[in-house]
Amino acid sequence: MSTTATAVNNPGKSIWDGGQSPFKASYGKLMMWFFLLSDAFTFSGLLITYGLIRYSHPGYEGSPDAFTFSTEYWPIPEKVFEAVPFLHGVPLPLVFVGIMTFILILSSVTMVLAVEAGHRMDRKNVEKWMLWTIVGGLTFLGCQAWEWTHFINGSGGETLMKVFNGEKGVWETVSVMGAGLTANEYGPPDFAALFFFITGFHGTHVFSGVLLNFLIFYNTVTGVYDRRGHYEMVEKVGLYWHFVDLVWVFVFTFFYLI
Amino acid sequence: MNTDERNEVVVQPPDKEKINRIWRVALILGAVTALEFLVAFVVGAGVFKTSTFIIMTIVKAFYIVGEFMHLKHEVKSLIWSILIPMLFVVWLLVALIYEGGSIFAVR
Repeated sequence: MSTTATAVNNPGKSIWDGGQSPFKASYGKLMMWFFLLSDAFTFSGLLITYGLIRYSHPGYEGSPDAFTFSTEYWPIPEKVFEAVPFLHGVPLPLVFVGIMTFILILSSVTMVLAVEAGHRMDRKNVEKWMLWTIVGGLTFLGCQAWEWTHFINGSGGETLMKVFNGEKGVWETVSVMGAGLTANEYGPPDFAALFFFITGFHGTHVFSGVLLNFLIFYNTVTGVYDRRGHYEMVEKVGLYWHFVDLVWVFVFTFFYLI
Repeated sequence: MNTDERNEVVVQPPDKEKINRIWRVALILGAVTALEFLVAFVVGAGVFKTSTFIIMTIVKAFYIVGEFMHLKHEVKSLIWSILIPMLFVVWLLVALIYEGGSIFAVR
């Protein structure tokens, strides 16, 4: 359709010859898309590294009921992530990450609703939905803080783990509680390192997303976008926020489920 | 409330159809996540379980990117300039998983 319009206005010229935007998207939105593409590569790199390291370790062969933590094989994720706040000692595998996933998806929904309200110049509704999005983001960050604390402090039990002593240059069997960067009670040292790196990098994105959302909320309340005549900033930051949700969908599958 | 007199802001009424579609997509995302959760406990570990998870993740990604990020409704050339580069990820995935198996074999 656009080509016909161009042919009428500039005979012999294609939509790529300048004077219009062939992608029919503003500069800012386009650059946000390309930034997200590069960010997708970064996260792909991290998740694929997880796959590489996981497949270079032996998997657990026995029955899931008899599973114990060991540095000999990669742990079953649902045996590691089975704690829920206020329900200490009750094994509820994956329940908490499931809740976190729902929270992030819901905050993504409220973000689309904010973008939709922005299209209609409906300031009151943009304010309302942006506020819900911020609440969702903060709740997710709170959940992640709890999960990290639990992961670092451990389940309460100690596990005998083979740990490499760099000073003496030998492998030693020591009792490990919780998780750190050099050893953890759940499995090979790389397991905790990857957990910290991948969920940490994602959490940083959520954090900066909440800051950006707050900025948008502030500008909406002070009427910046009404004066500007459009709410495109909500859309651009919305793209970023959905991307953060998208990444979590992948982290949820590849880190917690598989 | 509008202190700037140069711009008279006209609020348009919400389009019910559009809002319903947003909630429908949200429902699909929630249902797929709930299904994943179910599969995690009902199905035993194996290739079938892994591929089920991967397919469900791609379904969710399709709805988030297509509907929420609105990519489905953009110009074709924009859709392809975002999707085609992702082929590099597929290549990296295949290459590094294969590499991981080799490291395991010599470990």
